[in-house]
Amino acid sequence: MKKMTMRTILAAALTFGLAVPAFAAGTEVTPPTQNWSFKGAFGTFDRAELQRGYQVYKEVCAACHAMKYVAFRNLTDLGFTAAEVKALAATFEVNDGPNDQGEMFKRPGLPQDKFPSPFPNEKAARASNGGAYPPDLSLVAKMKDHHRTEGSGADYIRALLAGYKDAPAGFTVGEGLNYNEYFPGHQIAMPKPLNDDQVTYADGTKATVEQMAHDVSAFLMWAAEPKLEDRKRMGFKVIVFLIVLTGLFFMAKKRIWAKLH
Amino acid sequence: MADNNSGFFANPVVKWIEYRLPVFSTLDHMVGTQYPTPKNLNYWWNFGSLAGLCLVIQIVTGIVLVMHYTPHTLMAFDSVEHIMRDVNYGWLLRYMHANGASMFFIVVYIHIFRGLYFGSYKAPREILWFLGLIIFLLMMATAFMGYVLPWGQMSFWGATVITNLFSAIPVVGEPIVTWLWGGFAVDNPTLNRFFSLHYLLPFVIVGVVLLHILALHQHGSNNPLGIDTKGPQDRIPFHPYYTIKDAVGVGAFLIFFCFFLFYAPNFLGHPDNYIPANPLVTPAHIVPEWYFLPFYAILRSVPDKLGGVLLMFGAILILFLLPWLDTSKVRSAKFRPIYKQLFWVFLIACVGLTYAGGLPPEGLALVIGRVCTVYYFAHFLILMPLVGWFEKPLKLPASISEAVLKTEPGAAGSKA
Repeated sequence: MKKMTMRTILAAALTFGLAVPAFAAGTEVTPPTQNWSFKGAFGTFDRAELQRGYQVYKEVCAACHAMKYVAFRNLTDLGFTAAEVKALAATFEVNDGPNDQGEMFKRPGLPQDKFPSPFPNEKAARASNGGAYPPDLSLVAKMKDHHRTEGSGADYIRALLAGYKDAPAGFTVGEGLNYNEYFPGHQIAMPKPLNDDQVTYADGTKATVEQMAHDVSAFLMWAAEPKLEDRKRMGFKVIVFLIVLTGLFFMAKKRIWAKLH
Repeated sequence: MADNNSGFFANPVVKWIEYRLPVFSTLDHMVGTQYPTPKNLNYWWNFGSLAGLCLVIQIVTGIVLVMHYTPHTLMAFDSVEHIMRDVNYGWLLRYMHANGASMFFIVVYIHIFRGLYFGSYKAPREILWFLGLIIFLLMMATAFMGYVLPWGQMSFWGATVITNLFSAIPVVGEPIVTWLWGGFAVDNPTLNRFFSLHYLLPFVIVGVVLLHILALHQHGSNNPLGIDTKGPQDRIPFHPYYTIKDAVGVGAFLIFFCFFLFYAPNFLGHPDNYIPANPLVTPAHIVPEWYFLPFYAILRSVPDKLGGVLLMFGAILILFLLPWLDTSKVRSAKFRPIYKQLFWVFLIACVGLTYAGGLPPEGLALVIGRVCTVYYFAHFLILMPLVGWFEKPLKLPASISEAVLKTEPGAAGSKA
């Protein structure tokens, strides 16, 4: 029995050990690991951090990047009240229509509207950005999760946003591109998006590049995985239940099998 | 009709139904008190029922997911995000289904390796083994098509790479690929037919599973000693002994499953699949899901495309010949000192293939892939027949009870 357990553990270790190096291949610099509040079995989002992150997104990123899967109503997750969300949505203009005359029209945003995109389509986005396409940010924290450890997508975004530097001597940066330590290939079309005090935080936090990068990365993790807290909370309950259940099954098994021989 | 006039079968409602439709006695013979089972099955024998559980989980979650999913290239990705964000517990359903596929393969791989170790494919269980392999092939087809449905980058490019394999067939290859695609590229018709087949095949699997169980019941389960049961003293009824033992396995398995489901739901998937499919941008490194990596490694270890395709399919088809490639009369590796060692070497080769399959086919990964590919085939084609002839097996116990009582002297002394 003991031997079998050992072998099972060994087999499991072998199976999962290989998934990690299999995907970690690449030339990128590994971003430093951050101590995100959402990590771990009991991780939760830091509401204040998310609100600051949303502010950075709204005032900086949203100029070029869409976030089409997130609706204003979802912002209640960040700790805003329904009334605040309604007022916030109304500050945006969204396209609607056609009306009874067959015309498209603009109206103030409603909580159920998704975040309006800065460009009507990819061609328009490229035309305004020197040919580069600013990707939708709804899922960016999950699509950049190349190291498959929790929060590595947010680690990457944070490092990238704060990773603009002068190119090292001998490195030629292409026309219209910028040097970034963490971007694969080190040449990124997006110009340095954050500078100190670019936003004025409502809660008085000092808006350093590092701070803004951190906050917006946490916000993007929430945008990509809004059910993270529900998932972890449910997971803990389910697993505790299963451990008790399995224990009971095991005791019942012992008892039933004791009747043999 | 049940030979049982007490307990459950004495209930008048049960009696009334049973008289008209013998559903209770059928179940009782299938997985109940009337199914005699070797008394010495260890926990490796849990993986059959676990595979059945996985199939049920996949079908149930899949049917609910279909209520919210849209199989169209322009809407599929959005509909998956709709499930993740707006459908009540949609995230749970989708993560269960996506991780459930991985769990299904883990369970089935263990089930297959258990069969390899204890010689479960040998006479008279050859057809049982074939049916299992058919289930495995159907699972691979189903999983492959299911992975295409979210229409992410890996969905699209995985589908492109795998369907393109058929173009290696001489003369008719290209027309076959066009026929599979329903056009001249992987596009909406491809997504639609994959969706249709992804819904159909699980039910075909259910059918073959029933045959698998029918074949199993013909001669009963093999057992860790690999010797036939000699009489009632070697057997115990499936219920309650193995129903409760399987329940322990189900609990332990669900804990393992839930760890991934709730705490690392994207660990086994590829992050690129959160990027919507784009036919104009090829990912730097196209990889299938982890459970296909050994076969992907075999495919890519051959410099010739057709050769690679043949070898990849051959890697599975060769398993159908196993009952004849293994020339030993002894089933269980427990009594086969040389085969026992080779089994573990073979397992390491399979792990090596999985490792190589996940990396670009160059340098060390290519060498590992090639060495393991050669070993994979050598194991079946050369080592198995030879070892069967030359190995001197250990002495087999006279019966299961004899062996069981010998290892449990306390139990034997008290009540035997």
